[in-house]
Amino acid sequence: MAKKFLSGDEAFAEGVRLARPQVISAYPITPQTIVVEKLSEMVEDGSLKSEFIHVESEHSALSCAMGASSVGARAFTATSSQGLLYMAECLTYASGGRFPILMMNANRSTALPWNIYGDQRDSISLLDSGWIQAYAENAQEALDLALLGYYIAEKKEVSTPYMANLDGFVLTHTYEVVDVPTREQADAFLPPFETDNRLDLEHPRNLGFSAGPDYNTQFKMKEHAGLLKVREVVAEAEDRFAAIFGRQYTGLTESYRTEDADYILVTLGSIAGLVRETVDALRANGKKVGLLRLRYLRPFPNQEIASAAANTKALAVLEKDISFGNEGTVYTNVVSALHKAGIAIPTANYVGGLGGKNISAEDIRQIFEDLSQGQQGLHFVGTGGEAD
Amino acid sequence: MSLNARTLNEEEFFYGHKACAGCGGSLAVRIALKVLGERSIAVLPAGCMSAVGFNFPQLCFGNNAIISTFAGTASMLTGIEAGLRARGETNYHAVGFAGDGGTADIGIQALSGAIDRNDDILYICYDNEAYMNTGIQKSSLTPFGARTTTTPAGKNIRGNLRPKKNMFEIVAAHGIPYAATASIGYLNDFIAKVEKASKIRGTKYIHIIAPCPTGWGIATDETVEVARQVVDCGLWYLAEYENGNFTLTHQPKQLADPADYLKRQARFRHLTEEDIELIRQSRDLKWEQIRKNYKNIQEEKQP
Amino acid sequence: MKPYLREHIPQAFSEIPDTTSYEAGYLVSKNAGWRSVRPVIDTDRCVGCLQCYLHCPDGVIFRKDGKVAIDYDFCKGCGICLKECRPGAIRMEAEK
Repeated sequence: MAKKFLSGDEAFAEGVRLARPQVISAYPITPQTIVVEKLSEMVEDGSLKSEFIHVESEHSALSCAMGASSVGARAFTATSSQGLLYMAECLTYASGGRFPILMMNANRSTALPWNIYGDQRDSISLLDSGWIQAYAENAQEALDLALLGYYIAEKKEVSTPYMANLDGFVLTHTYEVVDVPTREQADAFLPPFETDNRLDLEHPRNLGFSAGPDYNTQFKMKEHAGLLKVREVVAEAEDRFAAIFGRQYTGLTESYRTEDADYILVTLGSIAGLVRETVDALRANGKKVGLLRLRYLRPFPNQEIASAAANTKALAVLEKDISFGNEGTVYTNVVSALHKAGIAIPTANYVGGLGGKNISAEDIRQIFEDLSQGQQGLHFVGTGGEAD
Repeated sequence: MSLNARTLNEEEFFYGHKACAGCGGSLAVRIALKVLGERSIAVLPAGCMSAVGFNFPQLCFGNNAIISTFAGTASMLTGIEAGLRARGETNYHAVGFAGDGGTADIGIQALSGAIDRNDDILYICYDNEAYMNTGIQKSSLTPFGARTTTTPAGKNIRGNLRPKKNMFEIVAAHGIPYAATASIGYLNDFIAKVEKASKIRGTKYIHIIAPCPTGWGIATDETVEVARQVVDCGLWYLAEYENGNFTLTHQPKQLADPADYLKRQARFRHLTEEDIELIRQSRDLKWEQIRKNYKNIQEEKQP
Repeated sequence: MKPYLREHIPQAFSEIPDTTSYEAGYLVSKNAGWRSVRPVIDTDRCVGCLQCYLHCPDGVIFRKDGKVAIDYDFCKGCGICLKECRPGAIRMEAEK
């Protein structure tokens, strides 16, 4: 293990190097570009042995990765925002084909208006594409998700592509001290990719076929079951990871001081760091508040949310996303989890950080204050405006 | 001596499919796979051949085969080739079969990228001159005058107003190692080209005219005959591009009148004598260019 | 390998693959019902030139004893073989 000062993009690229992808399809887009630049340097200097393909679009990036995966090769690609939307057709294709590709997405706003800064509307708009969706909080977790991602995605019972999300700029371009595991550690953690879901020259197969109305639902049920398996595989993978790397992750969510909290703020991604600090500051003033960080949006942590919120008085969701005409999609999902668990508490939805707008500690303190005053409904952070 | 009916692999690899009776596209796929053999990995985008060949549990390819996205024939081939290379495989053919829309319209970006990288793949475009799988809509390879369901022939507009895009020359302009045109009416020529392509490293492209009885308005037994006639009247030509040179692989002694070819097809039945004259003129213009810029086999054989 | 007709049609949930991947060349239905006419080969006239075999879009004509025979399970009756047969050894007969 070596300590290095790395940005989120660079840390992720280190994780990818350690995971030994056999094929990398690369297309640049801000703020992801550093990842493919770093990987090309690693291929050039020989520290990564991989077929590095300069594709002509994001659609081709994922299509190429699917081709590689369809012959049993470990494949990687990365994208962001407009690029993710441009390849959207291939997302459902990869998940339906059960190709365990790892893709990093640098969360970025989507046009119009044009904006290169971070929010999560790109990936969240594709929640239904059948991919595992993980959200890193910091550069260390970003690196670790590259290794964990392949391990989880490639498990036979999962066989589902994995999207690791890093907040654009805030995480992709911010430098932190990161533990970079050794090659030996990484190899001990992540076995080579083996699959029978592949075109096999010795035993020919037909892949990616059609399935009409009589068969289609069964295939979709199996795809759904694969994603639901992720919960237990994540737990197993993280224990294994901790044994080798000494860092223990906490499954689909991370609870911080929620046990006795009266008010919980649910959020995801890099903003969780500031929420954690704010929770500590408020706790120091005797306020019983807590943070629930969603590390995964698919599969959705229904049980974890219900259990964290079991004894709380009110809950808010802070997200960098809005489903126009309704509310934040994370909020919709969280409220559904509460409802299914029979937890009837006041809830509020805070949409913030769109197009990279800063969310301050004061904004977060205000959310907890609002919650204690019985605040509900949808609010746009830092604008002073109401949705309706 | 190149392969022929006698020496061709007797094994069938594309069998039991649900293509329309007399389908030219399925004949092109069938013959190409017989040349390439069992270690072929075929990529077929959304389109006729994937729709008729891959409906679980009726799976009609005896070799490895996969459906790609509509735009992604070439990019998926790229990934397959890279993946197999990474796994240390060497003895195989990565081959794509896409229609005219899948190649010249939605798939041209990925095809251009693959040629640019010189990926070791064979891309075969079976050209039936419209989006047949969705029910005969115009593509950029629909010829001038043809009636399709999106270029109706009425009082004001008589079918498709634009000429057919020349994909063969577009591909050649990339400096591709090998490109060729072919027709299912001249299968020995096609077989020789597939065989030749299979031995060249880098990107290969073969564009084969494959009439569609349903979309062209001909009888099911006329497919091969019509594919021969389009070459004989000069509206299509058989050629190769290699090492910067264009070569005709078949030179009709005298070009037949396109009118006979056109009039037997329902899609051209509305054409007036003036329309047909325009088609003759554009054919003659193209042949002037061909005579000027293309070598031909007869000339090459001169001492 | 030539795709061929299988005895078993996967239908139960457990028989459906977890991925969109299955054994190549797995046929569960014939195409014979599409046909209104069938090609019949006059083996006395057939010279074994193989042009019918070469041009069949469905590949249902196969080589047999120096001549050809037809797999009627998958012939669609398109008639291309008749057109390509120079010695006139193929005739079309109406299906009853």
